[in-house]
Amino acid sequence: MNFTVGEPLIDTKAPEGPIEDRWDKRRFAAKLVNPANKRKLNVIVIGTGLAGGSAAATLGELGYNVTSFCYQDTPRRAHSIAAQGGINAAKNYRGDGDSVHRLFYDTVKGGDFRARESNVYRLAQVSANIIDQAVAQGVPFAREYGGLLDTRSFGGAQVSRTFYARGQTGQQLLLGAYQALERQIAAGTVAMHTRHEMLDLIVADGRARGVIVRDMVTGEIERHLADAVVLASGGYGNVFFLSTNAKGCNTTAIWRAHRRGAMFANPCYTQIHPTCIPVSGEYQSKLTLMSESLRNDGRVWVPLRKGDDRPAGDIPDDERDYYLERIYPAFGNLVPRDIASRAAKNVCDEGRGVGPGGLGVYLDFRDAIGRLGRDAVEQKYGNLFEMYERITGEDPYSQPMRIYPAVHYTMGGLWVDYDLQSTIPGLFVIGEANFSDHGANRLGASALMQGLADGYFVLPTTIGDYLADGPYGEVDEGAVAEAEIAVRGRIARLLSVNGTRTADSYHRELGKLMWDYCGMERTEESLRKALERIPELRAEFWQNVKVSGEADELNQALERAGRVADFFDLAELMCLDALHRTESCGGHFRAESQDADGEALRDDENFAYVAAWQFQPEGGPVLHKEKLDYDYVKMSQRSYK
Amino acid sequence: MNLTLKVWRQKTPDDKGRMVKYLVQDVSPDMSFLEMLDVLNERLILEGDDPIAFDHDCREGICGMCGMVINGVAHGEQRATTTCQLHMRHFEDGATVTIEPWRAAPFPVVKDLVVDRSAFDRIIQAGGFVSVPAGSAPDAHAVPVKKDDADAAFDAATCIGCGACVAACPNGSASLFTAAKITHLGLLPQGQPERDSRAKAMVDQMDLEGFGGCTNTGECTAVCPKGIPLDTIAQMNRDYLKA
Ligand SMILES: Cc1cc2nc3c(=O)[nH]c(=O)nc-3n(C[C@H](O)[C@H](O)[C@H](O)COP(=O)(O)OP(=O)(O)OC[C@H]3O[C@@H](n4cnc5c(N)ncnc54)[C@H](O)[C@@H]3O)c2cc1C
Ligand code: SF4
Ligand code: FES
Repeated sequence: MNFTVGEPLIDTKAPEGPIEDRWDKRRFAAKLVNPANKRKLNVIVIGTGLAGGSAAATLGELGYNVTSFCYQDTPRRAHSIAAQGGINAAKNYRGDGDSVHRLFYDTVKGGDFRARESNVYRLAQVSANIIDQAVAQGVPFAREYGGLLDTRSFGGAQVSRTFYARGQTGQQLLLGAYQALERQIAAGTVAMHTRHEMLDLIVADGRARGVIVRDMVTGEIERHLADAVVLASGGYGNVFFLSTNAKGCNTTAIWRAHRRGAMFANPCYTQIHPTCIPVSGEYQSKLTLMSESLRNDGRVWVPLRKGDDRPAGDIPDDERDYYLERIYPAFGNLVPRDIASRAAKNVCDEGRGVGPGGLGVYLDFRDAIGRLGRDAVEQKYGNLFEMYERITGEDPYSQPMRIYPAVHYTMGGLWVDYDLQSTIPGLFVIGEANFSDHGANRLGASALMQGLADGYFVLPTTIGDYLADGPYGEVDEGAVAEAEIAVRGRIARLLSVNGTRTADSYHRELGKLMWDYCGMERTEESLRKALERIPELRAEFWQNVKVSGEADELNQALERAGRVADFFDLAELMCLDALHRTESCGGHFRAESQDADGEALRDDENFAYVAAWQFQPEGGPVLHKEKLDYDYVKMSQRSYK
Repeated sequence: MNLTLKVWRQKTPDDKGRMVKYLVQDVSPDMSFLEMLDVLNERLILEGDDPIAFDHDCREGICGMCGMVINGVAHGEQRATTTCQLHMRHFEDGATVTIEPWRAAPFPVVKDLVVDRSAFDRIIQAGGFVSVPAGSAPDAHAVPVKKDDADAAFDAATCIGCGACVAACPNGSASLFTAAKITHLGLLPQGQPERDSRAKAMVDQMDLEGFGGCTNTGECTAVCPKGIPLDTIAQMNRDYLKA
């Protein structure tokens, strides 16, 4: 696959001037919509996770006519529900020196200087409002005996700014947004369509004007038209087949929009989480995250000697390699996610991994239990230990846990400007589906913050500026019909192949290929191999996939096949992006670009830009660069030694 | 290990439906229950058959999408466990396992093991919220909340909306689900202004949807994967009477 370089991209919407004032300025400059006109303005929101749920509810409250879609049977089940750890906010309730500026600084630095300063600053500014909003909705955050909110520190931050609701923060925040959404549904401002999947975007006269969806119960193909479309369809980590994402997470909504003209930014930026339960067999359908908090008390090790297959308890201390403590004496077991993940891969590549297939390392609580007592450890981590035992059948009190890194989050997504508008006018993208705030690496507890900042506070303001010029009138029937015919054609084609392999089996093979060649460590060679292999596999898929059943019924085999087809195309773009970015940064580690200690080496001179890819039917994509300037945070190389 | 499955197959909501027998071989004890069904479905697709439709998404016990009656028990015999978190090591080699959908009039079968639980959403629509538009909230520390209240509210708020309580109840009552939300919001200062109207509206909606009444059998808590306690129902009844 080849690419060409096009015109640079400039985000024209971020106001000039001191960074503290930019969001105020933008809000003031945004046109307002006459309340009487709001009912006449239709907005489609795809997705009901933290981003889409909060956006649809808020737009409904403002009086717009909203239509909302999700693929689950109720909006409350969006993947956001699974987030465990917490949500960051610059409240400085502890008086420990936190501030908007510090959260901004930590996020830019954590993102390895590949995020846009103006956006990140705004995120830090509105973070405090999110906590206020959630508490007012009745989100039962953890509290202290004095009745005030409890916080903890998370992922590399030196202040305690993470608010949490036991290990179920995402669930509680999502239920808050869901309840607000249901309130609007009852009020008649939001029409909800569950079990509906968006399969294409309607672009007419250069504007996003609607979507083609499939009713997943009847199979009916429907067209829905609007004055603006918001995509909040989540991340694309499932391109790897095995990930911590929910099974239904997919790229179809954003990929179809990409094919219709929305640029895709930094597709190669993926986050691998170091503490997941390892794969147990060929049938494995997904991976389960174990909270990062375990690394506070667990010690990570592997046998010193290759092929040492004695039970963990029989290996004496001087024959164990506590490799994180050895390589990173300052941070030890608490190094950031990308570093911990890569170190685990390295020791396993050396043949020192543990468990089935040698793809695992120990996370050992022996010393913590000795020091604090079993009760104290149970108090702190009881539910996690139980979850581990439920899945593996092993007791982590008497033998160390086995963990291995897994794909967890995607920083890349559709390119958006400061207003969260994509390169298609009228198409807005929020939450994990856009690329905006986390650069090349997301900090723990910041995705929930971003999704809710986008949905409750940013989008409802910026979309108003666009809608103030509406309604946008009749939608060209030709454009609608063309999109509908395309969708019907794809479905018919999938059903007609009638080959000998299931969509899942192709998905598994694609995922393995991506993990091996475009996973934790990428090289020119591996990426070239992937770019050769993906088109071959895709061609085979289209000639040999077997999808049973019919188009006009509930057909889960068909749903999967459609998603896998889009993953193939996305995978290719991810590899191309990873190949062109010859530097290492954040979650993108190019083996060719490391320092003497094996740490990621950025190349700011050549790569301090967002890579936004424009789709072309022929001749490969066009790369548009958005240059990144750092006026407030000085660029520096990360070090955790 | 090898198992015999007897699975409820029903093509459409109007179809009569029947139990169909399948033999599954070489099941690994480390598989999850849904992975075992995945393997069977892969086989069915290749044989040109219709795979068994079932709902699932997170496969971590938190989204509430999965749910089957396994050997007569909602979510299976393993306590406090959703169907997706159930693993095959709890089954004996050679066993026969029956798999059926939630059965309750307000949860009509859509296909095979998939049911329509939208009645739950309508119960929430009736009043399961605090009316606070985005941007209108006071500072989060403006109202302290007693830790005990916050913790108890959290416990009730962990309901995942799976519907096992309804499936297990001989009366098909949705009391545990409804009570969990009424209790969660009713325990917090933020939920007080609408407390009475909420209880009334939600209970009325529950009746309107055709769920049965509660006769305190306790079957609901026994199968609830999140251990929502029975005393939430007493709380709901008190709030309802007061309203
Ligand atoms: C196990 C786990 C733990 C995590 N823990 C944390 C944490 O502690 N803190 C933190 O900040 N972040 C955490 N994250 C990340 C965070 O949860 C996600 O990034 C975030 O919730 C994404 O929210 P979203 O609203 O963008 O998308 P989602 O919640 O993924 O919602 C996507 C929505 O889009 C809909 N949809 C998708 N495709 C289509 C389509 N084609 N048609 C129609 N509808 C569609 C879905 O139905 C769904 O409603 C965690 C992630 C995982 C996997
Ligand atoms: S109360 Fe329990 S069983 Fe009923 S819906 Fe909630 S979690 Fe499921
Ligand atoms: S699939 Fe989410 S709870 Fe079982």
